[in-house]
Amino acid sequence: MLPSPIAVVEAFVSDFPLLLQNSAITLQEAFIGLVLGVSVGFLIAVIMDAFDTVYKAFYPLLVITQTVPSVAIAPLLVLWFGYEMTPKIVLIVISTFFPVAVGLLDGFKSADKDAIGLLRSMGANRFRIFCHIKFPTALPQLFSGLRIAAAYSVVGAVISEWLGGFAGLGVYMTRVKKAFAFDKMFAVIFLISAISLGLMVLVEFAEKKCMPYRHLNKKNRRKI
Amino acid sequence: MNKLEVKNISKSFDDKLVLKDVSISLRQGELVSLLGVSGGGKSTLFNIISGLLSPDKGEVLLDDKDITNESGHVSYMLQKDLLLPYKTVEDNVAIPLLLKGMKKKEARKKASELFAAFGLNGTQKNYPAELSGGMRQRAALLRTYMFSQDVALLDEPFSALDTLTKNSMHKWYLGVMEKIKLSTLFITHDIDEAILLSDRIYLLSNSPGEIIGEIVIKEKRPRSEEFNFTPEFLSYKREILALLKKAR
Repeated sequence: MLPSPIAVVEAFVSDFPLLLQNSAITLQEAFIGLVLGVSVGFLIAVIMDAFDTVYKAFYPLLVITQTVPSVAIAPLLVLWFGYEMTPKIVLIVISTFFPVAVGLLDGFKSADKDAIGLLRSMGANRFRIFCHIKFPTALPQLFSGLRIAAAYSVVGAVISEWLGGFAGLGVYMTRVKKAFAFDKMFAVIFLISAISLGLMVLVEFAEKKCMPYRHLNKKNRRKI
Repeated sequence: MNKLEVKNISKSFDDKLVLKDVSISLRQGELVSLLGVSGGGKSTLFNIISGLLSPDKGEVLLDDKDITNESGHVSYMLQKDLLLPYKTVEDNVAIPLLLKGMKKKEARKKASELFAAFGLNGTQKNYPAELSGGMRQRAALLRTYMFSQDVALLDEPFSALDTLTKNSMHKWYLGVMEKIKLSTLFITHDIDEAILLSDRIYLLSNSPGEIIGEIVIKEKRPRSEEFNFTPEFLSYKREILALLKKAR
């Protein structure tokens, strides 16, 4: 029932071309879903921040969308959108837009009121205030949300592949499950974890690039 | 000619009168202080002048033009430096130029030209967190100056600094003032600071804020810190304290 680590490695090597092929599909879904999800999350956060009535009216609804388990709606999405890529991407968008939207909203709301007042006194309009203050202030929260969203995107892709699809790591998983190939099961589980981890590392790398001021070397920090 | 004129400003918040019929004027190149206890409506007045708040009564004139309720004419600097932590010092200082529509590269270059005059040389590429409190205030003042070369509102700019840093900032500021001839309205609750830096001092009473006196400091510029220890300085101080006491 529990394969030896060596068996898992062997399964991984022998099925490597197949795993690679399926990973490409899953990654593609995850990537498209993530980009769309982040865009939707960004748009929602910006609109809710700009219009308080929209925030008050729709924020509770937003929370409710997250109480619906994605496993429960995935079969519905398959029935509606078929076995191709669309239902997978829709599911990923649904599960990734939320952490991004909530993180950004919190970030926007934490912007320094005095700094906003200062820029207003200099004649800045709302767009300028957004670019110079609100967005950069929200960057740390955006990246926190993004890290969660990146992990969700891979999981979302795999789950929706389980429930109907022609290719991808989820489909591969259901096949090896039916064959009781435990070694292959473990191999693909490790692969999925590795992919999630890889995406998170990428996000972290982007974070460091985008926010050098948060990673000032404390030792070399001299007060001038 | 008056650079900036505030005429008969009144303002209340929730039926509480904060400013009562306040009129002050600022001539070209002059440094005028507004002296009063903290929380006495001084900052409210600054927000009205910079156009962030609208007065219940009265008007604000800049070069004889009515700018009441209009932002984008006069900027201010607070005790909190409000340098944006995610921008380098250079980019922070260049913000006003960007807001005026200048290209980023050009704005940086223009801002950099003044770093030496403000004693900020070599800090262009640093982040605000890497600067000391005094240096941050210098950068904040330079940013205010980039916005407008004629009028600046400074709201207790040095009050968060320790005494020694504050002293060196005063010395620095007196030096900079000689070079840049900025017309400045300066809020403070520090009497010594007001006497040392100002050409004129308006005394503001507390709740409601009302002008209770105007003192002209006749000491010539450039002043040195030694002015602090002269008999004239003390007599100004005595006069101010007496007026403030009477108003209580």
